[in-house]
Amino acid sequence: MKPLTTEQIRAVIAKGKFRDNLFKAVGVFCLAFALLVIVALIADMLIKGSERFTLDFFLNFASRRATQAGILSAWVGSLLVMLVTALAAVPLGVAAGLYLEEYAKRNWITNIIEINITNLAAVPSIVYGLLALGIFVYQFGFGQSILSAGLTLALLILPIIIVATREAIRAIPAMIREGSMAVGATRWQTCRYHIVPYAMPGILTGVIIGLARAIGETAPIITIGALTFIAFLPPVPFSEIDGGATAGMFDWVMSPFTVMPIQIFNWTSRPDPAFEVNAAAAGFVLMAMVLSMNAVAIYLRYKMRKNIKW
Amino acid sequence: MSANNASDLPTVSNRLAFNAMRNWKERLIEAILLGAATISVLTTLGIVYVLVSESYSFFQNVSIIDFLTDTQWTPLFDDAHFGIMVLISGTLVSSGVALLLAIPMGTIIAIYLSEFANPKVREMAKPILELLGGIPTIVFGYFALLVVTPILQFFLPSLPGFSLLSAGIVMGIMIVPYIASLSEDAMRAVPMSMREGAYAMGSTKLYTAIHVVVPAAISGLAASYILGISRAVGETMILAVAAGMQPNLTWNPMEPAATITSFIVQVALGDLPHGSIGYQTIFAAGLTLLMITLVFNILGQWLRAKYRENY
Repeated sequence: MKPLTTEQIRAVIAKGKFRDNLFKAVGVFCLAFALLVIVALIADMLIKGSERFTLDFFLNFASRRATQAGILSAWVGSLLVMLVTALAAVPLGVAAGLYLEEYAKRNWITNIIEINITNLAAVPSIVYGLLALGIFVYQFGFGQSILSAGLTLALLILPIIIVATREAIRAIPAMIREGSMAVGATRWQTCRYHIVPYAMPGILTGVIIGLARAIGETAPIITIGALTFIAFLPPVPFSEIDGGATAGMFDWVMSPFTVMPIQIFNWTSRPDPAFEVNAAAAGFVLMAMVLSMNAVAIYLRYKMRKNIKW
Repeated sequence: MSANNASDLPTVSNRLAFNAMRNWKERLIEAILLGAATISVLTTLGIVYVLVSESYSFFQNVSIIDFLTDTQWTPLFDDAHFGIMVLISGTLVSSGVALLLAIPMGTIIAIYLSEFANPKVREMAKPILELLGGIPTIVFGYFALLVVTPILQFFLPSLPGFSLLSAGIVMGIMIVPYIASLSEDAMRAVPMSMREGAYAMGSTKLYTAIHVVVPAAISGLAASYILGISRAVGETMILAVAAGMQPNLTWNPMEPAATITSFIVQVALGDLPHGSIGYQTIFAAGLTLLMITLVFNILGQWLRAKYRENY
């Protein structure tokens, strides 16, 4: 091979640099495209749905007439389902994470649990819907209720919370545990007074991300048979219901319901274009909920990384 | 210290009793925590139990050969046919479109972020990608049907209002963040010394990225692609909204078609009596879906084990 002249070497270098820059441009383009999609999505829904952003839209039930239809039963349903989900998933997820990090011995039981959690994260959400349809709705007889939906979504986000808890706990240095044990604390006391409080920001981040995922889930809730047209709210505890009886503390849990994503689905799939406007407005509200939850989680994580220095 | 106070101090046996109690409480708590951890295993068992038992009743009525070879899917008609290939074709075509978009784009973003971008851009880009990944799929469905389809129809006038193509494209955009973020993690885990070695030999950044970093991170990349495939195959709402729900045995993305997931949604929207053949059909469809994701996951784990590099 002939040695290259200086000019040729420069040409080779220039070619390499050109390719580098070309790739950089492509990379920036791809990123910008992703950003553009988010912006287009939000802008489209905001502009199309703008005429519906009135108080009535939030306080009206669904209706056959697009202009009078609102999302009252949908957002109330979403909040109540999230309440059940959080009450079920947070204690279970944190307890499971705590067990795997602080208690579990390295044996086959632990291995099975760990492999299982990884694999559950890859199971399509609609399969959870089928599980809930078979087990919660029919075997346990919970029916098509807020309880069934909340528990289904709790199972769905359990892996997210477990993984977040474990990561938060793993970041706590061993000296904290040793210090606690050295003054005579039992394992549980160490967990209760040291591990869990210090892991709290990390756990909270995982919980918020999990709930943000759950609030946007549609498929499993459709599968258990949530209704798409609901013109009443679940009974308020101790309020009077028809016939003069008083609603019990937990009657709302067994009530039929609808949620935001189902309301959007229902409006999107109607042929009448007037309902597109409703779908856009409701979609914007849902996006606002999800994005603000995610933003809180990202902020928490950022803050946590800055504040804690062991 | 008075004698009175001394008698208040716990005796040795009292202290031991306290310890024993503490121990007993500790054991109880450990058992409760183990119980919580077992819920995830019970979930898996529950999924398998429900899908297999309902599918078992289904296959009492429909032969497995018909299920796999029939070319019509009309489970709710009088003349019922149960050819799952019809739904599988829709699922594969839409996933194929999604992956053709998501794998190159996700990989390019990952290479850019891990090898080229300065830390500031990376700090900005990661949350944006995370937000994109957090958008509810029903919103993406709305976007596919009412924004992307009209745009595509402008370029392809023959495109029908519902199509696997527009659903697949939006699904691809949805998957990009998963692939980008996991691939980037994998590439960043490649030790700096390998890059430095390549630079010392005179490699450009791009050459190093493609010929050193990507091969070294290939098992992580493969894992991210497999996750992308699982997401695409299991995606439901985008397809239910934008791809139409008519069963259609086709390999052409320009046509509307039902997928396994959108069929389940369609049936669940109606009112099917518990225990009827239509009710059992969705569990058979769900079992098929789970099998497909399982195959890809096993493949992924095998790939990861085979190509894992340790540094």
